[in-house]
Amino acid sequence: MNRPVWMYLLIMAVVTYLIRVLPLTLIRKEIKNRTIRSFLYYVPYVTLAVMTFPAILSATSSIWSGTAGFLVALLLAYKKQGLFKVAVGSCAVVFLLELII
Amino acid sequence: MQHNIIGKGEYFRKGMQDGIPIALGYFAVSFTLGIQAKQAGLSALAATIMSLTNNTSAGEFAALGIISAGAPYLELAISQLVINMRYLLMSCALSQKLDPKTSILHRLLIAYDVTDEVFGISISVKNRLSPFYTYGAMCVSIPGWAGGTCMGVIFGNILPGSIVSALSLALYGMFIAIIVPPAKEDKHIAIAVLVAMLCSFLFTKLPIVSEISSGTRIIILTVLIALLMALLFPIKEEENHE
Repeated sequence: MNRPVWMYLLIMAVVTYLIRVLPLTLIRKEIKNRTIRSFLYYVPYVTLAVMTFPAILSATSSIWSGTAGFLVALLLAYKKQGLFKVAVGSCAVVFLLELII
Repeated sequence: MQHNIIGKGEYFRKGMQDGIPIALGYFAVSFTLGIQAKQAGLSALAATIMSLTNNTSAGEFAALGIISAGAPYLELAISQLVINMRYLLMSCALSQKLDPKTSILHRLLIAYDVTDEVFGISISVKNRLSPFYTYGAMCVSIPGWAGGTCMGVIFGNILPGSIVSALSLALYGMFIAIIVPPAKEDKHIAIAVLVAMLCSFLFTKLPIVSEISSGTRIIILTVLIALLMALLFPIKEEENHE
């Protein structure tokens, strides 16, 4: 490593911040176009769904505990338990199941 | 401004509360990040600064490989641009969730922590997003992320694997808690979610497309599916001010 680490850190921080800050500061008004509005309405759900599945199945040390955690999270979320309960509930299932396996 | 119905303090507290599962999940992920950072030759201070200034898992994991290889700066910049491009979409969506009158200072601060998770909970609040809700979540989740990285470098393998494994599910559990309730209310969201999960699954299994990195896969699928849904099932006009 002959290039200084701090220079790498600076570059990655600047690039990442620019990606995040430009839309938030440049798009100041409400967008009127119905298609763009609809697109942005669906973006969060599609993004989160793509990030969650199938990655959740391989997040833990066994596919079985991951799958069980996934199903429990779906059930708790369907019953409208809050973020915390769903997250902790699925973690607990994984922990208990991996004690048994 | 709709978010004045309940006070700033109330929003801040709610954000902190919703930030706890994020912090737990972050800790698990960034702990392993810290272990890798140590292997890549970073000090605890450098690794903590990296996490404090970036707040991004995939980007930081990729950067470690580049830094330890001593690769050119441009390579690092491009990798961060590609891997973190999804934040551009999230930021666009957030810009519409904010009151148009929200000051530039609030916008600059919120932008600092547009992560998959903080974005997820920020978009899930009813009506307009109060910046103070996001600040509350940031106050809990940023120390979780940076602290986990720091501890990972210093303590390495002390935390039992079973706990790290269980905590890794926290973030996904939270995502599910965000997407399922609205999917119950609006069948178009349910369709979007199911199609997204199916396509995502296929993208990890099918030849050629499975070579695509997860960051790029997220961008491609988000743009394609959200655009298709927007064209097929545009939102109703009365939903304009939701």
